[in-house]
Amino acid sequence: MTATEIKTVTRKIVIEPVTRVEGHGKVTLLVDENGHITRARMHVVEFRGFERFIQGRPFWELPVAVQRLCGICPVSHHLAAAKATDWLVGGENLTPTAQKMRRLMHLGQTFQSHALHFFHLCSPDLLFGFDAPVSKRNIIGVIREHPDLAVQGVMMRKYGQEIIKATAGKKIHGTGAIPGGINKNLSIEERDFFLSDIEQMIEWAQGAVELIKGVHAQMPDLMKTFGAFPSNHLSLVREDGALDLYHGNLRAKDSLGNIIFDQVDYANYLDYIREEVRSWSYMKFPFITSLGKENGWYRVGPLARINNCDFIPTPLAEAERQEFMKEAEGGTVVNTTLHYHWARMIETLHSIEGIRDLLNDPDLQGDDLIVRGEKRKECVGLIEAPRGTLFHHYRIDDNDQVTMANLIVSTTNNNEAMNRAVQTVAAQYLDGNEITEPLLNHIEVAIRAYDPCLSCATHAIGKMPLEVELVTEDGEVLDSKFKNR
Amino acid sequence: MKEEITITIDGVEIKTKTGEFILRAALNAGIYIPHLCFHPDLPPHGSCRVCTVKVNGRHMASCTTPAEDGMVITSDDAELLDLRKAVIEMLFVEGNHFCMFCEMSGKCELQAVAYRLGILVPRYPNLFPQREVDASHPDVMLDHNRCILCGRCVRASDEKDGKHVFELMERGAKTRLGVDAENNLGETNLSIDDKALDVCPVGALLIKDTAYRIPIGERQYDKTPVGSQHKGNK
Ligand code: SF4
Ligand code: NI
Repeated sequence: MTATEIKTVTRKIVIEPVTRVEGHGKVTLLVDENGHITRARMHVVEFRGFERFIQGRPFWELPVAVQRLCGICPVSHHLAAAKATDWLVGGENLTPTAQKMRRLMHLGQTFQSHALHFFHLCSPDLLFGFDAPVSKRNIIGVIREHPDLAVQGVMMRKYGQEIIKATAGKKIHGTGAIPGGINKNLSIEERDFFLSDIEQMIEWAQGAVELIKGVHAQMPDLMKTFGAFPSNHLSLVREDGALDLYHGNLRAKDSLGNIIFDQVDYANYLDYIREEVRSWSYMKFPFITSLGKENGWYRVGPLARINNCDFIPTPLAEAERQEFMKEAEGGTVVNTTLHYHWARMIETLHSIEGIRDLLNDPDLQGDDLIVRGEKRKECVGLIEAPRGTLFHHYRIDDNDQVTMANLIVSTTNNNEAMNRAVQTVAAQYLDGNEITEPLLNHIEVAIRAYDPCLSCATHAIGKMPLEVELVTEDGEVLDSKFKNR
Repeated sequence: MKEEITITIDGVEIKTKTGEFILRAALNAGIYIPHLCFHPDLPPHGSCRVCTVKVNGRHMASCTTPAEDGMVITSDDAELLDLRKAVIEMLFVEGNHFCMFCEMSGKCELQAVAYRLGILVPRYPNLFPQREVDASHPDVMLDHNRCILCGRCVRASDEKDGKHVFELMERGAKTRLGVDAENNLGETNLSIDDKALDVCPVGALLIKDTAYRIPIGERQYDKTPVGSQHKGNK
């Protein structure tokens, strides 16, 4: 219900919680005396430190233990930590079987995560419009009016989850990736099970790309202006510039497509990325050091990845990328918030193409699973998680115990970008001193485009509540509104 | 010369020898009695009380009670099940057992017995004690968070390895596992192929960097739940 409270000069509007965002946080919109939004802040209101929890634990627990960080993206953390700990055991040059099994796990999770986000969380907005009544704009509405789509979403998600299970051992909290390798290969039976549905999955993924393209064609102006703002873009790319979700080097482009840095070994990320702490948020604000705090912030995730790569190494997705890039006005980079959905569906298609290619690769049935080499005391592991670049950095002592952990999760990398998106959209839709239903809806849509995981972002263990707030310069509340998940 | 005798466990007559401990006699006859501190290769200890049975109506630790001819033993009844559950639940809350990411998950006897007895959530509040990890040994980690003080490593080191690396120190709630050195495990003569490292029922005494090598579904108790080859208690 809307609880409106207007004080004479000072204004603060609170919106909470943002529904259909994974996890919860709080957004504050700051408005000046003329009713113009000056800033938007996404807060997180609860914090339990993973970094402290992991102190003193042996390093080989990291890939499994770190999954406690987030029940929503455990596989990303599992793989990022495994990639980091590979270095501790001198096993960074994985065997082909280990590397491909991990890639399969990662594509499986990307496929299921993107499918869940698109079909379950976002398709209601896209199919019914952002202004459709909330009673209709939900997954139940989709099931009622587009039952085939709802079924596809469920089946695609399930397919990805089964891949996770076959590679990690379990759908959540698996153990598959271990320092220097993997603990199982893929049996012929498992392979054939996945191959039997692969063409259907590819077809549905293509359908999802068509669906989002149709939405763009229907309302091009809205899609291009909603939450649009220039930003830098950061992601891993392969050595030849290809999109690679599992491994690569860091590339950053500015809003016009100029390279800021390229092919940076991520072990040296601290030379390129810093994190700013702001008093009002547990979520830090990473920025590209050379550009400074003001201008160095960037976007990560599907949009940044499609913008940054030179090509996608699977043909169907590459054709879609080329079409997508025509949307880049002026430069070679798309800077609009809603294009995240389109980019995400291109990645979904790429993931399933990649899964098909891997399934047909006999290396998955290999028995050489683990590598050991020269031990080290410090390690960095990066991965392009579904939500964006994920950094894991650890140090251990002579007894193999963790002494330092630093994680920069995808959602934190998008922190400033999400604040900007909310600010842009709120400025577009704020009418008076009140949080109207349309304002609330549009803010939700903007945040959701980034697919934030606030559970991860706070390094909290488990899920947490999110609250969104709009405040005056004087710190007083104008309005607040609550929505149930 | 030990003579053959007959005892009855839960209505089933089994043959054994005089002086054989009830638990061994039962296991040899294919009857499972839940147990933890007992290990077939080590002398019995009688400390964990999980193997408690009723002998002619009296509660006894079956691992340390010698069989006598004509004994009538109850192992499978509601009262004993609840008692065993209570003991296991206490072990869980007294330590820091996070099965979710423990490398012994699926291979841990504490977890396996808990599953077998149908424990979902302990009835007691977690104590979350402050315990140390001793990773000073180059090949071995001793995680006191998970130690259930069963004394298996103590017995194995003494009896099988001819060393005296471990010792249960103090008594009651203060009991802890000590090592035979000024400071830590790294200073002891423990070596990687000691029997002591083989017998720990939980994830307290581990060989370093061997974690999670066996995939989920292939681990010991994934395939063969504890006691599943025996008859007896649920
Ligand atoms: S370390 Fe293991 S074997 Fe030794 S007392 Fe503790 S639980 Fe028992
Ligand atoms: Ni997460």
